[in-house]
Amino acid sequence: MDPQVAIIGTSQTKFEADKGYEDIPETVFKVVQQAMAEAGIDRDDLDTIVTSSVDLWDGRTASNQMLADVVGSIMKPESRVAGDGLGAAFQGMMAILAGASEITLVVSQCRGSMGDHYEISNWVFDPIYQQPLGLDYLSAGALQANLYMKQFGISQEDCARVVIKNRRDAQNNPYAQEVEETTVEEVMNSPMLAYPIKEMDASPVSDGACAVVLASRDKAKTLSKEPVWILGAGSCVDSHYLGDRDLAGGDALIKASNAAYSMAGISDPLKELDVAEVSAAFSYQELLWTELMGFCDRGKGARILKEGQTSLGGSLPVNPSGGMIAGNPVTVAGLTRLVEAVLQVRGKAGNRQVRGASRALSHGTTGCCGQGQYVMIVGN
Amino acid sequence: MNDNGEKMVLAGKVDLPFSYSAGKTASRFFVELRDHQKIVGKRCPRCQRIIVPAQLFCKECFVETDEWIEVGPEGTLLTFTVVYHKENHHPREAPLAYGIIRLDGADTSIVHLLGETDVAKLEHGMRVRALFSKERKGHIMDINCFRPV
Repeated sequence: MDPQVAIIGTSQTKFEADKGYEDIPETVFKVVQQAMAEAGIDRDDLDTIVTSSVDLWDGRTASNQMLADVVGSIMKPESRVAGDGLGAAFQGMMAILAGASEITLVVSQCRGSMGDHYEISNWVFDPIYQQPLGLDYLSAGALQANLYMKQFGISQEDCARVVIKNRRDAQNNPYAQEVEETTVEEVMNSPMLAYPIKEMDASPVSDGACAVVLASRDKAKTLSKEPVWILGAGSCVDSHYLGDRDLAGGDALIKASNAAYSMAGISDPLKELDVAEVSAAFSYQELLWTELMGFCDRGKGARILKEGQTSLGGSLPVNPSGGMIAGNPVTVAGLTRLVEAVLQVRGKAGNRQVRGASRALSHGTTGCCGQGQYVMIVGN
Repeated sequence: MNDNGEKMVLAGKVDLPFSYSAGKTASRFFVELRDHQKIVGKRCPRCQRIIVPAQLFCKECFVETDEWIEVGPEGTLLTFTVVYHKENHHPREAPLAYGIIRLDGADTSIVHLLGETDVAKLEHGMRVRALFSKERKGHIMDINCFRPV
């Protein structure tokens, strides 16, 4: 079947450690206006709006209420995903596939700087069995990292090489947070936060927003000279309780990516995809996620990185934007990956462009240790 | 008008009390911890897995668990971490250690604190044993931690 939903406009802010010089609506206003201008639409053209934000990150409840005006929702149907922005893009896509909307605006925003990054993530956990233990994204990630690295013989140096690649590539991304190039030695010598995760293995605290305009097939053809089509999409969620999950196994991502591949007619992602933007909040996750998405066999993520297969110029560059190591406004991460994937297939990714890219994968996660997984493949 | 002036950043704080119902299954689990220093799970009548900590239903079979079974207090450490930085939400002073433990007799694992915070003394697959808190309130912290045997 021909693809039915296209992306006709995108916009992203620069990721910054602290956008306190403007308020959230001021940030969102800019990305919404830019994405709509790129799509060549005005507010009357919007049928539905989907936002992504999380109340505790915003320091208020029903945080989409403050966004209604600025995302153009007044007197229109709006819904919110309290999680990753790529999940919001899924909802937007489904509204169009259901025939309920011809043009859908998807907006994600988050400010890591407003609260305490890890303390807020402690609230992700159920208040009965896990939250009182003081778990957070860092300690839970470290439990996952240690299990995965032990099971597959991955070293801390292997993870450090993810940081080196992503920080190097971030120099080409004007939207990335300022991060400097580094060496294995520097990463290894950075302070241990939670074994085996060191300070430089972790993504920084970031503020940012991005927006995407989705359109039905007919509207996309009328409005856009360069629509980027959603070729495949899959999502899957795992159990919440850490002890119930195979943290190094990751069936949820295997299922989500296989669903997307099957829809897009992809059987060998390493060969058939041109670029992948992956949501990895810690360095080990980029290796783990690339394995689970079938870019290589299990345990070989570090090897294909070392061989340069996932670097710019390799067979499947992963995170030429620098990924989340170059900016992690938590719930914005997945939608940013989609924006980057769209820029790649349009040939508009500047110095981080993968030459001739025509099929790109974007990946988002929600919850801790990749509990929820989203994969969306776009192409022209 | 020029807007290059001062930008205000206002302080705020979310400080709201809640009371969470533990539910009938976790309540029984906590009562066993508090009154008998026992760790209990529930068996799935279909796949026979013993789920620990106790849960209302088996997520695989999607049926209610029925039989209560005591497990542990020893088990095998599947993975661990030692956290070195300080956070307000930590229940203890850093460094503090976490582990995921498969208790003897259980088919799922429990996440909890470890008594050993020297990472060099922790190993995947090592045997650990529950240390119960002296003062128990019917809470997950009625297990003080799991210590290497």
